[in-house]
Amino acid sequence: MIADAEGAEAILELAAQDPDLMTKSHIIFIPKGTNYTQALRDLKPAQFYEGPSYEAAVQRIRHVLAEAKMGLQVYLTGTEGLMGQAQNEAMQAGIPHSAIQTEHRGSVARRMQCVHCKGITEDVITDPFVCSHCGLNLFVRDHYSRRLAAYQGVCIDAEDPGNVPEPQELYT
Amino acid sequence: MTIQFNEETFRDDYSFHNSDWAIKRFPFPFHEDSYMYAVNMEQHRGGPEGSVYEKRFDVDEHYVSEMRDRAMVLADDPLRCQSLPHMTLAGWDLLELIMVSKSEDYPDLFELHRNGNQWRWVNKPLGIDDTFTFLDETTLPYGPMEYITRQAQGDFCVLDQRDDMLWMDAGMVTTQADWSLDFDIGMNFFEWHAPVPLAHEMGIFKRALKFLLNIQQGAPARRLNWTMTVNPLLDTSPENYHKWGIQKTTLTPENIGAKQHLRVELQTFFRLPRSNALVFPIRCYLCSFQDLMTMPKWGRRLHRVVRDLPEELATYKGFIDNRPMMLDYLSQFDDGLPTSRGVWPDLDTEPALKKSS
Repeated sequence: MIADAEGAEAILELAAQDPDLMTKSHIIFIPKGTNYTQALRDLKPAQFYEGPSYEAAVQRIRHVLAEAKMGLQVYLTGTEGLMGQAQNEAMQAGIPHSAIQTEHRGSVARRMQCVHCKGITEDVITDPFVCSHCGLNLFVRDHYSRRLAAYQGVCIDAEDPGNVPEPQELYT
Repeated sequence: MTIQFNEETFRDDYSFHNSDWAIKRFPFPFHEDSYMYAVNMEQHRGGPEGSVYEKRFDVDEHYVSEMRDRAMVLADDPLRCQSLPHMTLAGWDLLELIMVSKSEDYPDLFELHRNGNQWRWVNKPLGIDDTFTFLDETTLPYGPMEYITRQAQGDFCVLDQRDDMLWMDAGMVTTQADWSLDFDIGMNFFEWHAPVPLAHEMGIFKRALKFLLNIQQGAPARRLNWTMTVNPLLDTSPENYHKWGIQKTTLTPENIGAKQHLRVELQTFFRLPRSNALVFPIRCYLCSFQDLMTMPKWGRRLHRVVRDLPEELATYKGFIDNRPMMLDYLSQFDDGLPTSRGVWPDLDTEPALKKSS
């Protein structure tokens, strides 16, 4: 089980339904400023790891997937960025994406790739937004790459430089 | 016939131009006075002599300059050509298909000499004479797909077929209508078409996929697609959109005839024999409005199509802001007379433009 932030709530609910599950579970959790760590530890999972960031956790995730045995179930919950990136790792380890369970919880932020400079901007909550790498004003195109675990960001003011609409919060 | 290759550019000073021959054979995409999406697939088994449909891989007067432009795009951004590791065999399939087709269809320009796996390829227009071992990557300066598509006009998507689905797993994409290979690589057919409006609801993609999955060896298919481009810019990539997008605002009533181009894609589909992959060449033809207007039928028809196109499509194709100016220009070439059916210019039978008083 790989989770970040409010994804912890999904794991807590799952454990409440089936406490036995935890005796076989390996939880990898990235708090992102939330306080769920103790509650998750209290579930007594077979293995528990708290990582300060996804980037810090990814080496462990790769190792676990590489060592995985037949029958492993992958459960991802939390933000889209976390689920997308972890799903990509699982797919690269040979698990088809259709066999991976995901449950979105918490922030609706998107992970965006700038189509111009290729840089990834994490946790984008407005449209348009500024690329954290090249500084272009980008709009959020509804186009998702599983390989990149990101949506596509495209320059919004290319045809009228400086004419950038007021950023709107996503899904509002 | 021997082709006179143009010395021209698709950037900066835009010296690209079409000869009278090229205008006459331009693949005008509208068979009637209106347009809506359709799968519009037909067999790719030649066509009228001299037309762009005649050969398996059309070579025209822009060949040498287009290949030079491709090399410049790749030097700036090598990610325009990518091939996932399992696609190398399909790359060899494609190399064979193009070499065999071009040497058979244009024996004065291309030669292929095969002795077992020892092949010699002669490309006279580009001054290439290479000997290599078929299926041995170490004997070519690039991977097989990149090697041959640096010598073939048009973009190439090489699609893997598995699980009753097509996957964008390799490609050479430098003349695209605003889509990114680097973003789309590894996607399935529905994923890479996600941004296209209306067509999903119409069931277009489901039907198209069904058709494509069943394309057989030796029975290629083709269709046309189109969009609009200001200036004869081949590299209308999303990667560089922040650089070229501004050019759309440089249209004026005075320059629109020369600057505004109809961009037509001749899309073909070939099954590849060893890999069972599907190669999808997307060949781009550009023609300025003023050159199109030399064909009275095309003048009348283009006005009606652009005028009546649904707003979503004009937006998706990126010319909604310029549509009023286009219509001002095009309406001068529409005298209201009926047009003959089909895409051909019918220059001998269509009446000349009736000048309004």
